[in-house]
Amino acid sequence: MIFRGRVWKFGNDVDTDVIIPVRYCQTTDPQEFGKHCMEGIDPDFHNKVKPGDIIVAKKNFGCGSSREPAPIAIKAIGISCIIAKTFARIFYRNAFNVGLPLLECKDAPDHIDEGHEIEVNLDTGEIRDFSLKQSFQAKPIPLFMQDLLRDGGLMNHLAKKLTK
Amino acid sequence: MGATITEKILAAHAGTEEVDAGDLINAKIDIVMGHDLSIPLAIDELERIGADRVFDRERIVLVPDHFTPNKDITSAENCKQMKEFAKRHRISHYYEVGEMGIAHALLPEKGIVLPGDVVVGGDSHTCTYGGLGAFATGVGSSDLAAAILTGELWFKVPESMKFVYHGNLPKWVDGKDLILYTIGDIGVDGALYRAMEFTGEVIEQLPMSGRLTMANMAVEAGAKNGIFQPDRVTEEYLRGRTRRPYRIFQSDRDAVYADVREYDVSQIEPQVAFPYLPSNVKPISQVGNIPIDQVVIGSCTNGRIEDLRVAAQILRGNKVAPYVRLIIIPATQGVYRQAMREGFFEIFLDANAVISTPTCGPCVGGHMGVLAKGERAISTTNRNFIGRMGHPQSEVYLSNPAVAAASAVKGRITNPEEVVKN
Repeated sequence: MIFRGRVWKFGNDVDTDVIIPVRYCQTTDPQEFGKHCMEGIDPDFHNKVKPGDIIVAKKNFGCGSSREPAPIAIKAIGISCIIAKTFARIFYRNAFNVGLPLLECKDAPDHIDEGHEIEVNLDTGEIRDFSLKQSFQAKPIPLFMQDLLRDGGLMNHLAKKLTK
Repeated sequence: MGATITEKILAAHAGTEEVDAGDLINAKIDIVMGHDLSIPLAIDELERIGADRVFDRERIVLVPDHFTPNKDITSAENCKQMKEFAKRHRISHYYEVGEMGIAHALLPEKGIVLPGDVVVGGDSHTCTYGGLGAFATGVGSSDLAAAILTGELWFKVPESMKFVYHGNLPKWVDGKDLILYTIGDIGVDGALYRAMEFTGEVIEQLPMSGRLTMANMAVEAGAKNGIFQPDRVTEEYLRGRTRRPYRIFQSDRDAVYADVREYDVSQIEPQVAFPYLPSNVKPISQVGNIPIDQVVIGSCTNGRIEDLRVAAQILRGNKVAPYVRLIIIPATQGVYRQAMREGFFEIFLDANAVISTPTCGPCVGGHMGVLAKGERAISTTNRNFIGRMGHPQSEVYLSNPAVAAASAVKGRITNPEEVVKN
């Protein structure tokens, strides 16, 4: 799977309370979650993002709560994938479970800046920054995890299995 | 090569002799917990894929604890959806509002989670049950749905980090201070993806309430789980709470740890975590003058009877400072009744505190104590992220119950020594 998009840059320890405060988690509608995505940092974020855009962050992205609306909100506004040095573990599981790909890369977040045009290849783990004319290497995403992503997450994946 | 308690529990549930850190395993789950915020998405998903069934109605626990008693129509709808699911599948452990508690206080109290169990919950603080020697970790709603349906989940076996606490706990220092101090040392990702194993002579003396408090905040260091070896304290705590058999696992002497940290706690002061991270800690003597608008004593971290005892000791004969709100929330109906029996309500009411029914409410900025723009709270809860308790421009400081109660009296963050003279 390959994604190409414009970068939105975040720092260390972006927590689930800034990704989406719990008071907006009472619905199950992804578009509603999306309206409050990153509200703690930039209340207008959801209006600025274009479908396909990519988030690049530093360490421990998604720390805090187990709320699944956090990756759902990010996916709902059109973010195609997130690159960070590290992710909080529950967020990591939840993101793949809702069909939002994550890539861990130690060095790319130190170089890639907001507004850069980049391409991400999940098969090879290659991240190409067209603005910098530079490539970075992340761990590739195994094929079975890409199947999960293609099916749109864990429950769709299970549903497919159940009907087989 | 030896194994850690976490590795042994996971191996036993994966049906293999041994597992190593980094192994991907499929594990059987003993207990699955969901609450009013995490379960609606899971139920929707189960219904959507046409799999409205549960793997074992006696191993699923449903607790309305976040926005309960229902704060608005949406929360009422969510709780109704959970209640109907519980009825439809005849779930044994469903706790209606008059029997409930904050899940992470309720499940240990009722003897539902036991040593050696694998427990998952749709809540990040599910790691609390590690206080009893269980492997317990938080998951999102999709994993929750999958666990409810199949009774299994895949896990990556975490590396373990060992924390050894030596010395004697000074006055007004408890489990909350140990865990804040530890998170202050290693940072909010200091144990990322790892198991935190808490040991040492201080831990052997630590009551179950303090162990649950410490395990509760393992996730604030990024850990997958926090865990204590079951011992005499554990056995005493469990007496009379359960008839379900359980297994005691212990780490081997030659178990492998990614890191070992040793602390002498004899000189530690009560700790205060400043906004906006639980790792941003200072000892109480270095806090300076920080006026507050609200104090919350409660939550899955510090809402047990031992916590209320400390608060009562500080508040006895004192009044809450003018223009300050003190909100005390016993974590379960059981704790509520016990606090009443011990006469604490009299003390709290005399001090001008309010006493709430059990709820997660203010900790998540939900209800029962939300902060306005520019307001500041000290709270015995577990997170102080931006906007956690209300407006994005409000502030939360984290502490133990003694510091929180003393701060309510003085109207600024205060060392308990200032309020209770010997």
